[in-house]
Amino acid sequence: MSYTFWILLTASLVGVSCGIIGVLLILRKLAMLSDAISHTVLLGIISAFLITQSLDGWTMFIGAAIVGLLTTVFVQMLHSAGVQSDAAIGIVFTFLFAIGVILVSMYAGNVHIDVEHSIMGDIAFIPWETVNWFGIEGIPQAVWMLGIVLVIDVILLFLFYKEFKVSTFDPELAAAIGLPVGVLHYLLMGMTSLTAVASFDAVGAILVVAMLIAPGATAYLLTERLSMMFVLSAVFGVLAAFSGYYIAAWLDASIAGMMATMAGVIFLLAFVFSPTHGLIAKRLLQNRIKYEV
Amino acid sequence: MNPITAKNVTVAYQRKPVLQSIDFEAPEGKLIGIIGPNGAGKSTLLKSILDLVPKASGEVNIYGKPYRKQRQKVGYVPQRGSVDWDFPTNALDVVLMGRYGQIGMFRRVKKKDRREAMSCLEKVGMDQYANRQISQLSGGQQQRVFLARALAQNAQVYFMDEPFVGVDAATERAIIQLLSELKDQGKTVLVVHHDLHTVRDYFDWTMLLNVRKIAFGPTTETFKKDLLQKTYGGKLTLLDQEEEQEVTPLA
Repeated sequence: MSYTFWILLTASLVGVSCGIIGVLLILRKLAMLSDAISHTVLLGIISAFLITQSLDGWTMFIGAAIVGLLTTVFVQMLHSAGVQSDAAIGIVFTFLFAIGVILVSMYAGNVHIDVEHSIMGDIAFIPWETVNWFGIEGIPQAVWMLGIVLVIDVILLFLFYKEFKVSTFDPELAAAIGLPVGVLHYLLMGMTSLTAVASFDAVGAILVVAMLIAPGATAYLLTERLSMMFVLSAVFGVLAAFSGYYIAAWLDASIAGMMATMAGVIFLLAFVFSPTHGLIAKRLLQNRIKYEV
Repeated sequence: MNPITAKNVTVAYQRKPVLQSIDFEAPEGKLIGIIGPNGAGKSTLLKSILDLVPKASGEVNIYGKPYRKQRQKVGYVPQRGSVDWDFPTNALDVVLMGRYGQIGMFRRVKKKDRREAMSCLEKVGMDQYANRQISQLSGGQQQRVFLARALAQNAQVYFMDEPFVGVDAATERAIIQLLSELKDQGKTVLVVHHDLHTVRDYFDWTMLLNVRKIAFGPTTETFKKDLLQKTYGGKLTLLDQEEEQEVTPLA
């Protein structure tokens, strides 16, 4: 398998797994919480490293998932105690991320974790970081991790599709018919944490937010069916990954940066040209109403 | 057995009680209105019955058992403004959500559920809008979809939070027609309501609520000026003016 193949596969897996999780995050108005989680997983990764002294993918998974959930719990606690929810996110997010930064600078200066890497990611090196898992050689660790997370995400979404749907649209009805609304919320936050940590190596903490939010926001402008929104969001994630890679290769620029940029460009196109929600369609509609009046 | 029995229900946000020591027993097969000023705890009363807000004390039974054992017997219509109508879904899908409790976890929506949901849409006169995106419905149509969803829950007791807010006159008539059909089937309906002019026409029984229960009983006995004055305090002037106007032609 060629170098380009692995990069495109990694990037596409990021696009699909972030894309489908992003749909629920957007509809639940949790975009900023996902921003927080994608940063605080740094604390999870460094804590896992300090405890186990290994950079094994599994320990990082567990560390990141725990800190991701803690982030959600802390935000919820502050909010319940009367702090504005965006302020609560801002406090928890920066505090946990800062602890992560301090720990990295104190204890992990000479291993393969550094602040810049965790913020920007380094997809260009991924094809060389292969591991031997399940007796299969030659597959990059990031591909394994993203693949496993994607399978987990898809299975959970299929199992709880209607529960996620009703608890997102009408949490009161969901609670009234006896659905575990809180469990579903934390399950989604756990899925977000896993997806963020798996995407971390490839695109880093800041750009993972672009991949979590932009494709879903684009899909939202183009469909009126939830199932179609999942499909479109995944497609736009992959589209951003492919176009981002090739443009970055052509310009010799940052691959992750270009992927996130393309996610934004695709959103902008939908924002202007969407047949229902787009700027042009809205302007045309207004003109027509003006003429009719 | 009474459909709803509430004993000493108290709900407090922070330290301030929102509902204090509410006791009542609702009779079966009645349309019951809950009225009171803003902040009187009307919505909170519904939510505390449905375990959506924690009770500081007291208990509520639905047909003699706690709510969590009787969910299938209860239908709920939240305030229309409590959900995001830009959610990517259509009217039929929203009504289907009313079936989720009966379908259960890990099971898929079946054709039978779709037929059921469709017939509920028909009952509220919305079947031709089944595939319409919900943001493209008018306020009245959205409220009818919510009612159809409650019908799909196929319950014995219904709780409705301000179903007449922001709806057109046709929808208001359609809703009240539907409520009396439910009543004729022996179902009990509790409605949070704020339009005092229609209370006498719409409800068999009325609860006057302002943090405490001021009165509860047949509307002819509870919807009286002195009790309303006690419930609304000085805010009742609007109603007084209305009554004077009604009196004028006779004089």
